[in-house]
Amino acid sequence: MGVYTEYHPKWYRRHVSTWWWMGKWNYLKFIVRELTSLAVAWTVLLMLMLLNSLREGEGSYRDFLEVMRSPGLIALNLLALLLTLFHSITWFNLAPKALAVRVGGRRVPALMIALPHFLAWIVVSAVMAWLILRR
Amino acid sequence: MAETITLEVARYRPEEEEEPSFQQYEVPFSKDWVVLDALNYIKDRIDGSLSYRWSCRMGVCGSCGMMVNGEPKLTCATFLSDYRPGPVRVEPLRFFPVVRDLVVEISDFMTKLRSVKPWLVRDAEKPLNEGEYLQTPEQLDEYKQFSMCINCLLCYAACPVYGLDQHFVGPAALALAQRYNMDSRDQGAERRLDLLSQHEGIWGCTFVGECSKVCPKKVDPAGAIQQYKITATLEWYKSMLMPWSRKD
Repeated sequence: MGVYTEYHPKWYRRHVSTWWWMGKWNYLKFIVRELTSLAVAWTVLLMLMLLNSLREGEGSYRDFLEVMRSPGLIALNLLALLLTLFHSITWFNLAPKALAVRVGGRRVPALMIALPHFLAWIVVSAVMAWLILRR
Repeated sequence: MAETITLEVARYRPEEEEEPSFQQYEVPFSKDWVVLDALNYIKDRIDGSLSYRWSCRMGVCGSCGMMVNGEPKLTCATFLSDYRPGPVRVEPLRFFPVVRDLVVEISDFMTKLRSVKPWLVRDAEKPLNEGEYLQTPEQLDEYKQFSMCINCLLCYAACPVYGLDQHFVGPAALALAQRYNMDSRDQGAERRLDLLSQHEGIWGCTFVGECSKVCPKKVDPAGAIQQYKITATLEWYKSMLMPWSRKD
């Protein structure tokens, strides 16, 4: 699509800085939300590595757990947990914007779209916790 | 002496200077004055060379959009009292080329707006004697929010995607495309699909969401775009699974 070809007076164009997202909370929040995808990817990778160590046998699994005990990794995983939480919460909060559900000619209120997402998330998390933590 | 407030107004005189500069004006403060009133005072009483766009003074025409203290605002609806004691910094709308002072070049938007066919598209018009195209209040309600757009371009000035990539069709044009797509009288959705579903269309949007926050008419362009992403995805699956379903 042609950009600014119709008229060409002399004009001034301001350059957009690489740091445009600094100095405004909403822009910064957006960039953080984008970066949380790295934390999500790291968590998935970690899960795959865990499964792989399980497949390789008990020794390998114990080694894996030993490595995971290092303070650096614990700190990293705590950070990843916080970022994935931020990711999930902001994602579910945005869901009502994308889902314009109409019942009886009226749009379903945003809360009624977001709430089931959060409830499903809590239920799935509880089931997972039960599976992992039960003796 | 009566209270005054200082405005720092961006000036750009292309025949005199290479870059914009700021000029300070002291104007009387009145609690019922908006930023546009202050600009009109400057133009009438202090400096007649100041250029800016305005028309209706009541948030309908969409021509007085400017950056006020770094935020895109309709200056006719932005009260000086919210910025007391000042100074109030007034700049041209961000991400658009500046022609002079506070006037920006918007033909890029005009071209994009036209490209999304923002009108009722019919396969064939029905004969006049069959009457008008009727619509129920529920059908009107489906798109009414998106039809409130006044093309003020505050959403473009809030959109970093547009700032970084001028090829992005942008919030208002996409919301208006959706406005016609959702209209029960329109049959042009399929003709708009190719343009809207390309990278510079809806997929350029990364859902920053600021367009909806700054919109003075609560149009929610971000919502319109995300809703259309779902439609476009379904259409893509449909065209993959049932290639015969699409009529061109």
